[in-house]
Amino acid sequence: MKPGIVIFGIVAAALLSYGLHAALVGAPTEQTMGDVQRIFYYHVPSAWTAFLLFFVNFVASIWYLVRRNPIADAIAVSAAEVGVVFCTVVLVTGPIWAKPVWGIWWTWDARLTSTLVLWLIYVSYLILRRYATGGQTQVMAAVLAIFGFLDVPLVYMAIRWFRTQHPQPVIGGGEGSGIHPSMMHALMWNFVAFLVFAGLVMWLRYRIELASRAIESEFAQRAVDDDLHGHMPVRSTR
Amino acid sequence: MSAVLDKTPPAHNAGGKPGVGSMSAPSVARVTRSTLAKDVRLEWRSKDAINSMLFFSLLVVVIFAFGFDPTAEESRRIAGGLFWMAVLFSTVVALNQTWARELRNQVLDAYRVSPASPASLFIAKAVGNFIFVATLEVLMVPLFVVFYNLRSLGPVWQLLLVAALSTWALVVNGTFFGAMSIRTRSREIMLPLILFPISIPALLTMVEATTQILTGESTPTFGIQLLLIYDIVFTTICLTLFSTILNAE
Repeated sequence: MKPGIVIFGIVAAALLSYGLHAALVGAPTEQTMGDVQRIFYYHVPSAWTAFLLFFVNFVASIWYLVRRNPIADAIAVSAAEVGVVFCTVVLVTGPIWAKPVWGIWWTWDARLTSTLVLWLIYVSYLILRRYATGGQTQVMAAVLAIFGFLDVPLVYMAIRWFRTQHPQPVIGGGEGSGIHPSMMHALMWNFVAFLVFAGLVMWLRYRIELASRAIESEFAQRAVDDDLHGHMPVRSTR
Repeated sequence: MSAVLDKTPPAHNAGGKPGVGSMSAPSVARVTRSTLAKDVRLEWRSKDAINSMLFFSLLVVVIFAFGFDPTAEESRRIAGGLFWMAVLFSTVVALNQTWARELRNQVLDAYRVSPASPASLFIAKAVGNFIFVATLEVLMVPLFVVFYNLRSLGPVWQLLLVAALSTWALVVNGTFFGAMSIRTRSREIMLPLILFPISIPALLTMVEATTQILTGESTPTFGIQLLLIYDIVFTTICLTLFSTILNAE
């Protein structure tokens, strides 16, 4: 297992370095926005990676509910946590890009609002996991994940309908109608690099989750053993 | 569910006395009706939920009025949002009591071991909450008319339709998440934390649709359709997954 992670890490570092080079040196400077636009190569791949991880969380949650496999739940929680981190990157890089280009940090436009709501849904998923007690945590989290994922298309429809009722903010540039091939090259390499990096972080998170569960059950086992040797009357199991 | 429905009526009709001596599970309709009747009777006698909800929404309405100081024209624009915010916050009060009531004397455990279908319990609870919140809304309308000089420029039947669909949208997920949050630490705060993010599309739609009707700008056909889709999607998932939540161990 250990060498696997080292190789994985080296590949991720190499890809990220190449992606950085492609974004900062390889890609041409955008005509109207200038160098600020280069944040695009991190903003968009983070968004795609986050959405993909939320999808992984959805599939793993269904898998858990059907099979009650603890591995599925560990995958679900790692995907959600790493997904929230990437979604946060999107929400932070977005305003940094928007301020010099649009003149405002934030606008309640369809895509921004949907991403924010998505982030809220998955943060509430993580909070539920934190506050739930005992063995019900996994079931409740899996159920909430299904609710959350099915909510996403409705969020998008509602916000688009709501927003088209109001004057649109002036949106300059962006990735509207096709981009320069070398920009596409940088974007795709960064996407691959971010995917590998997310996979690496998720794998590590997944192993931590398994390790913490093993420790917990070890402690529980020890407590039961102590109880058996310490006192004669053992509390009956529920 | 349908198997139970098909099986029970002949057994009862043949026996003459319903329920006595018959081994079959009670029908969904009967369990729903008796649970709902019990909840409504409890609420009618104690008025716990409705009193606290009503006072809470009164406070919201008054405090918001201080924040905005609205004229009649302006109030038409903000009343939709204000009304649904007040309803949303007070709904949580009712929802928190729905399941907490069943924890005393292990009523929920009794439900779990009984042959009654979980879906019937869920429907009864959701319909009960719908009745409580709808009552609250009816009582809140005069408040808005008085405090905000509100008069709808659009047709009232559209408002009723939007209100019914919106209330169900809040209540169906709220009832479901209520059953989840009673199993968490600090359950009272947990419910809004998981309910509000999921409810954002419904909330946005109900506010916008209500505002469109109040200002008489246009007919919110798409809004009504969207609320309908939301209601159908989440009612289906709630009914599908409720037994999983009820029996989660």
